[in-house]
Amino acid sequence: MGYPHTPHARETVVLSKYFGDRDAIGLDGWRKRGGYVALEKALGMTPAEIVGVVKESGLRGRGGAGFPTGMKWSFMKPGDGKPHYLCCNADESEPGTFKDREIMRWTPHALIEGCAIGAYAIGAETAYIYIRGEFTEPLARMEAAVREARAAGVIGPNAMGTGKRVDVWVHKGAGAYICGEETALMNSLEGRRGNPRIKPPFPAVAGVFGQPTTINNVETLAAVPHILNNGADWYKKLARPDNPKSTGTKLWSVCGNIAKPGNYEVVMGFPFKDFLYDLCGGPLPGRKFKAVIPGGSSVPIMTMAEAEAAVMDYEGMVEKGSMLGSAGCIVIDDAQCMVKQIGRLARFYAHESCAQCTQCREGTAWTTKIMERIEAGDGTLADLDTLLEIGDNMTGKTICVLSDSCAVPVVSGIQKWRHEFEAHITGKRCPFKHAAAA
Amino acid sequence: MADVKTINLTIEGRPVAVAEGTSLLEAARTAGVLIPHYCYHPGLPVAGVCRMCLVEVEKAPKLAPACATSVAEGQVVHVHSEKAREARKGVLEMLLINHPLDCPICDQAGECELQDYTFQEGRKDSRYQEPKRFNPVEDFGGDIMYVPNRCILCTRCVRFMDDVAEDPVLNVSERGDRAYIGKFEGKDLTHPWSGNVVDLCPVGALLSKDFLNKARAWELDRTASICPNCTQGCNAIIETRDNVVVRMRPRANAEVNSHFLCDTGRLDYRWMNGQNRLELPQVARGTALLDADWDVALGAAAAAIRGKRALVVASPMLSNEALHLASRLVRITQGKGTFRVARGPEAPLPGVKDLALRAERAANVVGAEMLGFTKTDTPFAGVGAGDAVVIVDHALTDADLAAVNQAAAVVVVGTTLPVGLKNVAAVLPIANFSEEEGTFTNIRGRVQRFLQAKAAPGLARPSWYVLADLLGSLGEATSYFVPSDVFAALAASHAEFAGLSYDSIGLRGLPVLGAAQPAGGVT
Repeated sequence: MGYPHTPHARETVVLSKYFGDRDAIGLDGWRKRGGYVALEKALGMTPAEIVGVVKESGLRGRGGAGFPTGMKWSFMKPGDGKPHYLCCNADESEPGTFKDREIMRWTPHALIEGCAIGAYAIGAETAYIYIRGEFTEPLARMEAAVREARAAGVIGPNAMGTGKRVDVWVHKGAGAYICGEETALMNSLEGRRGNPRIKPPFPAVAGVFGQPTTINNVETLAAVPHILNNGADWYKKLARPDNPKSTGTKLWSVCGNIAKPGNYEVVMGFPFKDFLYDLCGGPLPGRKFKAVIPGGSSVPIMTMAEAEAAVMDYEGMVEKGSMLGSAGCIVIDDAQCMVKQIGRLARFYAHESCAQCTQCREGTAWTTKIMERIEAGDGTLADLDTLLEIGDNMTGKTICVLSDSCAVPVVSGIQKWRHEFEAHITGKRCPFKHAAAA
Repeated sequence: MADVKTINLTIEGRPVAVAEGTSLLEAARTAGVLIPHYCYHPGLPVAGVCRMCLVEVEKAPKLAPACATSVAEGQVVHVHSEKAREARKGVLEMLLINHPLDCPICDQAGECELQDYTFQEGRKDSRYQEPKRFNPVEDFGGDIMYVPNRCILCTRCVRFMDDVAEDPVLNVSERGDRAYIGKFEGKDLTHPWSGNVVDLCPVGALLSKDFLNKARAWELDRTASICPNCTQGCNAIIETRDNVVVRMRPRANAEVNSHFLCDTGRLDYRWMNGQNRLELPQVARGTALLDADWDVALGAAAAAIRGKRALVVASPMLSNEALHLASRLVRITQGKGTFRVARGPEAPLPGVKDLALRAERAANVVGAEMLGFTKTDTPFAGVGAGDAVVIVDHALTDADLAAVNQAAAVVVVGTTLPVGLKNVAAVLPIANFSEEEGTFTNIRGRVQRFLQAKAAPGLARPSWYVLADLLGSLGEATSYFVPSDVFAALAASHAEFAGLSYDSIGLRGLPVLGAAQPAGGVT
């Protein structure tokens, strides 16, 4: 659903409160809505105090890995004599994910505020917001907002009149999925080819320009002002009572074969079944859900039995065999061919592989070719074993996890929908294509 | 070195002690364990991309890339465990899916790391049924052509040009399996050291145009040698097929040339196969030169020199051994020794300290000077009518010819006979550099051995042998049976060479006394 629209009653709108509110885009409107109060407060605190509050809140990275944000910030050693950098990962490229886009479109100052607080907290004077090349409107909004904030003295050499330097710069990527991987992002930011780097050294030791660097997702940073304004305890309570490890609200992007696609903000621990059938309106008329990819295309595909039993937080998704990931939820219904859908995902990874590691460069393309051959009706049963073995060779053996991400939907697809693969092979055609034509 | 911590670990059951910071791959090498690899090269920055060197480290959650993982105390590393072998097998299969199986027509076959490791531990068949990726062959400029279909994208060539030559010409273009090595717009591999990318390439993707289709790797005989083409003295391997030099490649020596050899050096080997060679000794009969026995020719040469001042003009391409004996000839006749050296532009390799194609284009300029020869552009200046001139493999100009023809007698000790000489008393044919054993002293005073790579033509003899016999014919005491005997005599009579011997010099060389050596390695 586009904005503006009234949020569903069961949503908990914190980050998305002003989505669709045109007045919230500009600096004045943002200030009227409580903007930059948190930054002012933060600049009056010590960096260690801020890190402490964020640690206490239980905030975890919203980009996919779910690493505790406060702990990540605490890796940045103050007084090491080196310039520190904050990078905001706004290269939102994970298929199915479009939450950061809306944060930047509607509340660009929320991100700037989060960046400024984050930068100050890790001892950085400079924050870079790395926006994916395809995001033209969010880019324009962010650039305008940064200009406004700098002109008003909110950020810059004398941020909020405190004498502290906190600057924010917007950098446009050139359109590569891999540049959302944090070390590739740093290479790209430096003007190099966007190839992931070998870790160690980790970014907190040697990141952008070889200096200590922290990289946070847009949604993560946008949540920080709310935590400072409302306190860590408030944030911690936004969770299911039996799981304190996942806290706060989470934006979910929903797309695919579902009645009401769009962005939704719910508290961690929300029941996935209610989410899909109630908030998102269930399947399209006459259709049934078949599968859900809950966290962006890189996580294992869930059967409906798994999905309907799952709760929407980091642990809940793992418990049911998948991951929360970037919370880009792709819904697939019974009219869709799993072989075709998975083949399409594989093609995406094959297209986006940076080509460094052998298993990824060759494996993603090979996987795609086999998937497309099976979809075309030219597959063999041996191909399934080959796909699983290629998947094994692509998992845990490369510099970054793009290779693993390609293997994940293929392996989970073959495990859970083997009958669809076999129908293509034995019937020598795609049963869905021909059923539709008939 | 005292402040470097030593780390103890176990690799394939063997205890290893190495300095902190050493990679698992290098640590394994010290224990005699080869961890198969493609992108890693000791002369280049680590990339960690081929994923071939994955090894199993006990208690680690994942396989570790040995090239990019530093040793840690107490580590237990398995190179040939089931898990590691399966991972390598997987990489090999992936590398081969788009790699043409054109080994029978590939120059790299026989010295191809992809071929070797596939035979060693790859699958016997391929499960790949789709068409292979195709890209046309490209001319990369210089001596290099690129066969992208064979490329495994290890990026050694890119890293060499970026970080060692510091002339970024190459890049990885495109992504995924469409990726290939590209050249930046308007650039070519014309850097004077760019030929090294051919040696660095582990497969047949980067080929030397000069060597193209010349020989199969297994037909080659390889000899440890020194590049004779400038004073740097890069360690080299001379490769011959049926007694013909077909290629010269670098031999690693951290003290001199790291792993590299410049294009000027590597491509200037054809003279070693020259067809215009002196094969038989000759003596003057009237105005003609007639073939003669060695004894007769040596006698004629000695007779021409005896009682005269000998001006010995020697090539700076001659070994220390030959130059030492030639200098004795100068001394016993109260003569003079001179040489001239060709020059060209200097071309450093920025990524390696003190490595350059040097301006003076001969291997033993420093040796010649140490052994008493004077460097001059006019080596025959001052030749008197009563003098004997001994030309030891020196190439004559017209001006030289005018000067040398003033002399009463000329003895040629050489590989070729210069045209236009008068008064030649005797011609003594010698082996060229590739046909004999000896030592050179490089620009930093490092004495380095080279071995015989091919046979000399006809009755030509090693230069030291001929000069020793000539001294003998002049009544001098000589008892040299092998070149190391000559070197021992040289070391005994020259303080700088004191203590050096063929055994101590070995194949890595040793500096003469007082010579400051550069700290080697990639900067």
